[in-house]
Amino acid sequence: MLWLLLLIPTAAGIAAMGLRNPAALRRTLLPAAAAAHTALTAMCWAVRPEPVLDGWLGLDELSLLVLSITSGLFLAAAVYAAGYLRREPPRKTDFQDGGLFTDAPEARFVACLLLFLATMTLVTLSRHLGLLWVGVEATTLASAPLIYFHRHHRSLEATWKYLLICSVGIALALQGNFFLAVAATGSREVHLTVEHLQAHAGQLDPVWLKAAFLFLLVGYGTKMGLAPMHTWLPDAHSEAPSVVSALLSGALLNCAFLGILRVHALMGVAGLGEFSGQLLTGFGLLSMAVAAVFIIEQADYKRLLAYSSVEHMGILALGAGVGGLAGMGAMLHMVNHSLAKGMLFLLAGNILAVYRTKTAPQVRGLLQTLPVTGPLWVAGFLAIAGSPPFGLFVSELVILKGALQQGQTAVAIGYLLLLGVAFAAMARIVLRMAYGSPAGIAVDPERSRGAWAVVPPMALGAVVLALGLCLPDWLQSALTEAAAAAGVR
Amino acid sequence: MPAALDILSILLILANLCLLGSSRLAACIRAVALQAVILGAAALIANRGELDARVVAIAVASTLIKAGALPWLLRRAIRESGAVREVEPFIGFTASLLWGVGLLGACLLIGARLSPHAAQGSGLLLTVALFTTATGLMVIVSRRKAVTQVLGYLAMENGIYAFGMAFAIQEPLLVEMGVLLDVFVAVFVMGIAIYNISREFDHIDTDRLTALKD
Repeated sequence: MLWLLLLIPTAAGIAAMGLRNPAALRRTLLPAAAAAHTALTAMCWAVRPEPVLDGWLGLDELSLLVLSITSGLFLAAAVYAAGYLRREPPRKTDFQDGGLFTDAPEARFVACLLLFLATMTLVTLSRHLGLLWVGVEATTLASAPLIYFHRHHRSLEATWKYLLICSVGIALALQGNFFLAVAATGSREVHLTVEHLQAHAGQLDPVWLKAAFLFLLVGYGTKMGLAPMHTWLPDAHSEAPSVVSALLSGALLNCAFLGILRVHALMGVAGLGEFSGQLLTGFGLLSMAVAAVFIIEQADYKRLLAYSSVEHMGILALGAGVGGLAGMGAMLHMVNHSLAKGMLFLLAGNILAVYRTKTAPQVRGLLQTLPVTGPLWVAGFLAIAGSPPFGLFVSELVILKGALQQGQTAVAIGYLLLLGVAFAAMARIVLRMAYGSPAGIAVDPERSRGAWAVVPPMALGAVVLALGLCLPDWLQSALTEAAAAAGVR
Repeated sequence: MPAALDILSILLILANLCLLGSSRLAACIRAVALQAVILGAAALIANRGELDARVVAIAVASTLIKAGALPWLLRRAIRESGAVREVEPFIGFTASLLWGVGLLGACLLIGARLSPHAAQGSGLLLTVALFTTATGLMVIVSRRKAVTQVLGYLAMENGIYAFGMAFAIQEPLLVEMGVLLDVFVAVFVMGIAIYNISREFDHIDTDRLTALKD
C-alpha cells in the first residue's frame, strides 16, 4: 500500500513525460492519478498499512495527517490544472513589460507536478531522517521547473533564488543530520530511524543533539519559510502559476515543517523539549512580525498571499513550540491553513486571468466582474484572516488558549497583536479589490475559466467552513494523536 | 596510516585556497573536482580495515559523479551560456585568500575543541571538513556568477561529506545513494537554469537579478 502511494504518482509522472500527444489524455491522467492517490490515502485512515523497507517507510498519525492534506489539496489543484492547461494559450504577452514569452512544454509541467506529489509523499512516509532529507531535497528539484513554467525573466529569477537558497538551506540540514549521528555515536552503524532514536534518546549526547536541532531547524526552516530564511518564498509564490503556488504554500511548507517536528519530538523525549520549544516559539513570533510588516502596503496580491503563508508558518511553529493544547491547535491550523491558502491562490489565478495584473490597486469591483470568484475571494480572505465561522478562527483560538494555559502570557499577547496587524493590513488591500466599480479598468471576462476554475476552490472553502462549524470527534482525536507524535504534549 | 590522511587533509586545504584565489572559472571547477577525488581516496584509506563492497561502491560512485559528471555539466553550462570565463568576485582574490586563512584559523580552534569526539585521531580531517564547508559558503556569498554559486554549493556538500568521514559516520547505502542522486540532479537543474539565465539576460550575474523585491 505504501509502495503504491509512491509508485502511482511516479509512474504517472514518467508516463506524462512520455506522452507528448495527445494532450487530452495527459490532462485526464493528472486528475486520475491524483484521485487514485487520494483514494489510497483515504484507505490508510481505515486500515493503517504496515511499515515497509525495514520500517523506513511507515505511517504514524502525524504523517497520515500531512499526507492527507497534501493528497487532498493536490486533487483540487489537479482538477484546476486540467482546466487551466486547456485554456492557457501557448504564447502570450507579458502584462508587466509587454515582452512575448512561451510556456514550458506541457508534458514536462504535468510530469513535474506528479513527481512533486511523489517526492512529497516520500517526505511524509519517511521514518528514517536520512531518507527524509533525500525527500525534502527532491521536492525542491521537482518543483523548480514548475516555477519556471511561464518562461520570462521574473520567473527565472525566482526559480534561481528558490533553487539556490533552498539547496544551501537543506545542505545545512544534512550537516544537522550528521550532528545527530555524532550524538548517537557509540554504535558504528547509524540508525537514524525515528523509533530507534526515540528508544535510545537518553543515551544521546545533549550538546550535539542541540547543535543538530539548530542546523535542522535552520535548514528545514528555510524550506518552510520561517523568517529570516523566507526570502525565496514571496518571489517563488508570486511568479509561479497559481496552481503551483497553491501546492507550494499548502503542501510543501507542511512537509518541511514535518521534518522539524520529527527532531522536535526527539528533543522532547531526550528531555530537551524546552530548548527546542523556545526556539520554535521565537522563530514563530519573528516570522509573524516580519510577515506583518511586509503585508502592510503590499501592492502585489500574490506576494500578499505569500507573506500570509510566512505568517501562518510562524503560527504553526509557535503552536508547536508552546506545546500542550496549542500543539493540537497547530495541527488543526495546518489543515485549515493549507485548504484556505490553496483556495486563495487558485482564486488569485482566476483574478489574474481576467484582470491581467497582479497589482492590487488596479483590481476593483471583483464582486461585479466575477460573480463566483469574487464572493469566494472575500470568503477566502475572511477564512485566512481567522474570522468566524471558518476553521482558522477555531485553530487560532485553540493556540491562544494553549499559550495562556502554559502560562506564556507574553507570547500570547504578541501573538494576538501580530494577528491583529496582519488582519487589518490584509483587509484594507483585499476588500478594496472586491468592492468599488470596475469602470475604467480593462477587464477581459472572456478569459475567465469556467467551472474547472471555481469548483476546486469552492470545495476547499467548504471544508474550511465545515471545520469551523463542527470538529468531529474522530478528527479531534486524530489531531491530538498527531500532536503527540510530533512531541508537542 | 594517519599520515596519509593528514597529507590528504592538507591537499584539501590547498584545494580550498585554490578555489578562493583563482580568477578563472575552469580552475575553480578543477579545484572542486580535486576536492572530490581527495575525499574519495580519504574514504578508502579511512576505512582500510574493513574495505567491503559497500564502502568501495560509495567512494567510487561519489568520486565519479562529483569529479567527473558534475564538472562536465558545469563546463557545458559555461560553454553554452558563453559566459565570460572569469570569476568576477565582490571580494578581491587577495582579500578572499586572507578571509580564507582567517576562516581556517577559526576552524582550527573549533576543530581542536571538537576533535576529542572524533574517530580515529583524524582531528585535522575534522578541521578541514569545517573549513571546506565555510569556504563553500564564502564562495556562494562573495562571487557574482551563477556558476560560482553552484561551485560553492558543491564545496559545501564536500565539506559535509568530509565531516561525516571524520566521525566515521556510515550512513546506509540507500541514503548515501539518495544524497548523491539529489546533488547530481540539483547541479543538473541548476545547469539548465544557468543556460536559461544567460539566454534571457545575456549574462549570468546573480547580483543583477533584482526585478523581484519589496
